Amino acid sequence: MTIRHHVSDDLLFDYATGALGEAWSLAVAVHLTLCPICRERAARFTAVGGVALDALEPEAMTSDALADCLRRIDEAGGEPEPQPATRVSDQSDKAVFPAPLRDYVGGDVDAVRWSAVGGGVRQCRLETADKAQARLLYIPAGEAVPEHGHRGLELTLVLTGSFRDGAIEFRRGDLEIADEAATHIPTAGEGEPCICLAVTDAPLRFRSLLPRLVQPFVRI
Amino acid sequence: MRPEPENDSRSWEELLVAVAEHKEHAAFARLFAHFAPRLKAYAMRGGALPSAAEDIAQETMAAAWRKAHLYDPAKANAGTWLFAISRNLRIDRIRRERRPEPDPNDPAFTPEPEVAPDLAVSKHQSAEAVKAALKDLPEVQREAVLLSFYEEEPHAAIATRLGLPLGTVKSRIRLALKRLGDALDPNAHGAKE
Repeated sequence: MTIRHHVSDDLLFDYATGALGEAWSLAVAVHLTLCPICRERAARFTAVGGVALDALEPEAMTSDALADCLRRIDEAGGEPEPQPATRVSDQSDKAVFPAPLRDYVGGDVDAVRWSAVGGGVRQCRLETADKAQARLLYIPAGEAVPEHGHRGLELTLVLTGSFRDGAIEFRRGDLEIADEAATHIPTAGEGEPCICLAVTDAPLRFRSLLPRLVQPFVRI
Repeated sequence: MRPEPENDSRSWEELLVAVAEHKEHAAFARLFAHFAPRLKAYAMRGGALPSAAEDIAQETMAAAWRKAHLYDPAKANAGTWLFAISRNLRIDRIRRERRPEPDPNDPAFTPEPEVAPDLAVSKHQSAEAVKAALKDLPEVQREAVLLSFYEEEPHAAIATRLGLPLGTVKSRIRLALKRLGDALDPNAHGAKE
């Protein structure tokens, strides 16, 4: 698996500073799970955070601060945090969804509770504490996501299968960002369904008539 | 980064390792004396009141004690490691959001490709390179980048603070990131999408 479409500097930097909201951060974390190149870039941005911390004018702690801190450590048992256990999925060490995503779904791909959107396309909204919306999209092989536009940015990250947007193909780990000017019609590749993680700041706006009738009930 | 010279000439990284290996209180006290006030300043810049900021700084250092055995000096320097702990606490306590992160033990995790030892650059060296690259930025770009780490609403805060339109702030940061990326890795990906 060679990832060719990576997360932008802007997004990765905001992830490193902590400014990026939860839904977008989930998408970045999923991409980072699959992409050592971007992990390296993220580590460099985070290293700037270390320099930034050191550059701050210190604010005096209270006179008992160290003693208070040691008390906290004692009260918590003083024991080091356990080494994280190797997580094993149910079927022989393979996982489709990266761990950060499994945390939101409550399991791997088989645990997803899909709702129909129309035309065989399904979605599953994920709960995040910020205002942006993260969802899983299921697009049957060869099908298109209903024509839609949106205010703000939309990110689509492939988990299984592939999709084409115009001439460009996106596969597992690849990430597409579309702005509001783009009315794009991603079409799943033949041979297997395409499951993606999609994040938008604003609700998706479907253009053709049938999905608009459906929309108020489906609450896209 | 060197601690203030007394009789202890160990680096912050060595002090963290001493905490991990020997639960050494003296090493922890030196780390606390240097980093806690900066962690407090970091939390206050993020909007926390002094008492909440003090709390976050103490929580960060307590977490550092508990996780010291997980700290790898080859992966990040001490300040970066502590910054990341504090950043995540800030997201949790002040914004009340979760912080999704990749997990190296995840079966879906794609590991780093094996690199020949002579090609592998130690992360400590690259931390020095980051500092140098930051210093090389034009003053206005460096300021925008640093403020991005401190402020809760970076673009708006920077725009107000520097008296600039929002668009100018964003493009200034973008330029700075491009320069940092190029300085640190001429073969860098990204910034094309």
